[in-house]
Amino acid sequence: MSGAFRIPRAGRLSQAKTARFSFDGQSYTGIEGDTLASALLANGVHLVGRSFKYHRPRGFLSAGAEEPNALVQIVRDDARKTPNVRATVQELYDGLAANSQNRWPSLSFDVGAVNDLASPLFSAGFYYKTFMWPKAAWKSLYEPKIREAAGLGVSPDKPDPDHYSSRYAHCDVLVLGGGAAGLAAALAAAETGVRVILADEQAEFGGSLRFETGAKIDGQDGFVWAQAAIAKLTAMDNVRVLSRTTAFGYYAQNFVGLVERVSDHLKAPGHELPRERLWQVRAKRVVLASGAIERHMVFANNDRPGIMLAGAARTFLNHYGVAVGRNVGVYTANDSAYAAAIDLKKAGVNIAAIVDLRDNPTGPVIDEARALGIEINFGRAVIRAGGKLRVSSMTVQPKNGGGERTISVDAILMSAGWTPSVHLFSQSRGKVAFNDETKRFVPGTYAQDCVSVGACNGTDGLSATVDEAYAAGAMAAKDSGAKTAKGTKPKVDASESWSRGMLGAAPGAGPDTTVKAFVDFQNDVTAKDIRQAVHEGMRSIEHVKRFTTNGMATDQGKTSNMHGLAIAAETLGKPIPEVGLTTFRAPYTPVTFGAIVSHARGPLFDPTRKTAIHPWAEAQGAVFEDVGQWKRAWYFPRAGEDMHAAVDRECVAVRKTAGLFDASTLGKIEVVGPDAAKFMELLYTNPWEKLEPGRCRYGIMLREDGFIYDDGVVGRLAPDRFHVTTTTGGAPRVMNHMEDYLQTEFPHLNVWLTSITEQWAVIAVQGPKSRDIIAPLVEGIDMSDEALPHMSVREGKICGVPTRLFRMSFTGERGFEVNVPADYGQAVWEALWAEGQKHGATAYGTETMHVLRAEKGYIIVGQDTDGTVTPNDAGLDWAVGKKKTDFVGIRGMARPDLVAKGRKQLVGLKTKDPKVVLEEGAQIVEDPKQAIPMKMIGHVTSSYWSQNCGRSIALALVAGGRDRMGDTLYVPMPNGVIEVEVTGMVFFDETGGRLNG
Amino acid sequence: MAKAAAKKTAAAASPSVDRRPALAGRTTTATGVKVEVLPPAERISLRAPEASVAALSKALGLTLPKKPKTSASKGGRTALWLGPDEWLVIDEGGNDPLADCATVAALHSAVGISHRNIAISVTGPAAEAAINSGCPQDLSLDAFPAGAASRTILGKAEIVLLRTSNDAFRVECWRSFSDYVFTFLSEGARDAAG
Repeated sequence: MSGAFRIPRAGRLSQAKTARFSFDGQSYTGIEGDTLASALLANGVHLVGRSFKYHRPRGFLSAGAEEPNALVQIVRDDARKTPNVRATVQELYDGLAANSQNRWPSLSFDVGAVNDLASPLFSAGFYYKTFMWPKAAWKSLYEPKIREAAGLGVSPDKPDPDHYSSRYAHCDVLVLGGGAAGLAAALAAAETGVRVILADEQAEFGGSLRFETGAKIDGQDGFVWAQAAIAKLTAMDNVRVLSRTTAFGYYAQNFVGLVERVSDHLKAPGHELPRERLWQVRAKRVVLASGAIERHMVFANNDRPGIMLAGAARTFLNHYGVAVGRNVGVYTANDSAYAAAIDLKKAGVNIAAIVDLRDNPTGPVIDEARALGIEINFGRAVIRAGGKLRVSSMTVQPKNGGGERTISVDAILMSAGWTPSVHLFSQSRGKVAFNDETKRFVPGTYAQDCVSVGACNGTDGLSATVDEAYAAGAMAAKDSGAKTAKGTKPKVDASESWSRGMLGAAPGAGPDTTVKAFVDFQNDVTAKDIRQAVHEGMRSIEHVKRFTTNGMATDQGKTSNMHGLAIAAETLGKPIPEVGLTTFRAPYTPVTFGAIVSHARGPLFDPTRKTAIHPWAEAQGAVFEDVGQWKRAWYFPRAGEDMHAAVDRECVAVRKTAGLFDASTLGKIEVVGPDAAKFMELLYTNPWEKLEPGRCRYGIMLREDGFIYDDGVVGRLAPDRFHVTTTTGGAPRVMNHMEDYLQTEFPHLNVWLTSITEQWAVIAVQGPKSRDIIAPLVEGIDMSDEALPHMSVREGKICGVPTRLFRMSFTGERGFEVNVPADYGQAVWEALWAEGQKHGATAYGTETMHVLRAEKGYIIVGQDTDGTVTPNDAGLDWAVGKKKTDFVGIRGMARPDLVAKGRKQLVGLKTKDPKVVLEEGAQIVEDPKQAIPMKMIGHVTSSYWSQNCGRSIALALVAGGRDRMGDTLYVPMPNGVIEVEVTGMVFFDETGGRLNG
Repeated sequence: MAKAAAKKTAAAASPSVDRRPALAGRTTTATGVKVEVLPPAERISLRAPEASVAALSKALGLTLPKKPKTSASKGGRTALWLGPDEWLVIDEGGNDPLADCATVAALHSAVGISHRNIAISVTGPAAEAAINSGCPQDLSLDAFPAGAASRTILGKAEIVLLRTSNDAFRVECWRSFSDYVFTFLSEGARDAAG
């Protein structure tokens, strides 16, 4: 048996297929096709949670995504503990384990419920007021405690073992919502042959046809028709049907985000299926068929477990075969609750009484209820509910006052009317309009190519809905390019229709200020809170919302917005449209981080770029460092070596014999065209026109403001062809910078730029033996100093493959950079390595590269410069063409501040104690005895232990640095002040003789 | 004859080192889709003004396409339109388009990028869905028919996409992004199969 409240022959589930599940450790049996909510209700369980602020016991309000109360934690295993799952949405599977939230030590006895008694402290805006004194306590006591108490559920504490996927899709017509309206629209569009996507958040299509027993379409029961319609749509090639898929966000130009819950409903999802799939859909036309959400009645203690929306009770009965009680009261201001009472009565459930706030309503459902012998009370209100963990009674009073009567019940169904779901329409930036007659906001002015149909458009009645939706679907198809339509409109044979209902607080909600008549269940906002917000001076509904938290957070005011607005309007004495509606925010319902991240985790978090030579370095045991997306060999430790020992050895070996370095990550751009030199003149500070083919030059690139942007060695391969190198990190932005100027400022130049960073693997061979290592492998290039002097480039072959061989140095030693096509990179490296072994060469990494260049005072853009350093500041005036009349940055460089005295200039620093290595970033002062805060005159940009110099070395930006040569400055550190001497930037081989050594 | 033979011998004698393409031989299959790394090919990035297109077309032996999102293919050589003055020319027949362009006097820039790019083929009825896991373009046959080409993105990487037939795509990316792109396509293939 799947629960004492399961009604035989009611609902659509097969009683034969049972599923075991647990809630708070207690075992229950449900049926396949149940939600966790229907399965618990079938077992008579209404108490499922504690409210956010007051920790009041709560049960199910709804049967769908609007559920504000029944938020539970679903626990699959140690790593899969999902909080805040709506029990009304979670489908049951065998073995499902759920726990209630926000209670301690147990759901029925919750210590936090003391908040309910202390509620005067927690009135509207309490966090702005109650905890204001003493001021210091906010940070140390109040905020941490509030944060601890706030929030629902417990975040999982292990990495998510599931995977998530994503899919981009395009369609002509996107239909959101799969009730009668959505299905009719989808059919009309699909029959024309255009591409249609139809999505619905439920496991089964049909929307409110799930509970509307009175609906007949094409001669069938409404829900049966819906299943036939979806089967027809699914079979069509031009239609994609997505169930369990929520459209959570409507963005610009008909771009809609949807999440498909792929495997949360499965007992054992396995590893192949993603948990969720993010759909990002671009549609030519969107049809919104998101339906309407029923509102509750606002009266005292309207949150007791067992009190729920009438439509929800009908869904539980007509779809799941579950009675929500045995002795049910009904409190309503519109007809739809009568249908629920009638269905329950016919299923054998006692209806204690219908209490109708309206004076003398008439209509077929009222007649039918009366005919079934149900007691009906017009013009009366339920002023409060009795019971605590479960409703036990309702107290009824004539709405204008008078004698009270208490009726025993175990459930109350309520309906204040239906609110069109304009969330997605509002997200699309559409403006809603208030219909004064029906007292509801409906889509008014559209901002995008979309159309609303059915209940979300304020259209009442199934017949009118299907007519409207079918026509809108056909029109959307036509607008998106459909030629022909050949379908037939579904025919509505019978339908239900409801009148309007009421907004705001009913008599049971005060004006007494001690009762709790809830407007927003999820945020624990009462009618009193909203009145208080107005009394305290809030005039805009946006302020009322923020002050009270009504309609905020994950709930987004699905059930509460209209009541809150009406109470505020009444208190303000203004009509509703003048008070206005708050803006609906995405997401419509919460979206997991997993779905948003989808594939972008682990190896797909970000591309990890590796050079062609990477496998060799890895095999040698290199330690890698991240440089942007690149992995670069940092140093090559040998057995027993730490980083310092390895770097010291590498540094010495390069200067003694030679070293091999993988420089493949350097940005490389081929600049080609008859105006190539003219272009280079404009982008770099240096002169290029006279650089002969076969020669190289160190180039500096500035931004328009005159500060150094990038640098690198440029080789001229031919009069119309340059091989430009950039820093590793600068490669993409330098390319963009050049392309930007070429297209916008210099479009008259005949020159083109091509990134060749990855075409060429680059092997730097540096050191006195470098030529001896390379020469035996090279064909067709004269390697003599006369034929191939420092700063030259030749094209030829190495190991039989094409090479661009640069003679250049970033170490101060004789050096070469061997460019070979990337697929040959590792093999050529291995050949050079084998030659190098004959001479005692070493492989070295980026750390050694940094030390060696610092020994020579070569700067690294981005380390020794920070975007505020001019060529002059960096001591690079020699690289600025004095006769040039134009280049990017030439005017910026001449600005008064950039030529003023006292600018920070790049200099060398030597610590008085040669063993002390400064910290990079350390601040420099003139007088360490000053009062704190001291006047800082500069900072250390580069600092290393130099084994070659036998001492520490550093570069620093110091105000007026070049005028302080030989001066003593101070670097205050936590452990004492370090004395330093200002020096030139070259620490090793000042004459530069080793370039040809 | 003798001359040709001598040339062939010389070519065989060098290089003395082996070529090691990235991801060589890597392949993965899922229901309805196969992802595999393609062998090396000759490639150039070709830039030229309108006036040079005829001369370059002649030299390359195919008509350079002038319409966005199109390509032209002949004798194992394909030219993909990437921009108003930009083409990616891929030669899978062992001929060198760089050498062909070198004979053209008309204004242009041809830069060899054979090693910069690698190609991954994605084939099968689910190929389109696999690529749409990370590529936001409309890949329906109407919008992106066989022969369509586009420089676009896959996840966080830039790719050039060419539809070689209704059920087959060629994905070109830069060498160091190939592991990311291949892995992404494998994930996409796994999901497209489901």
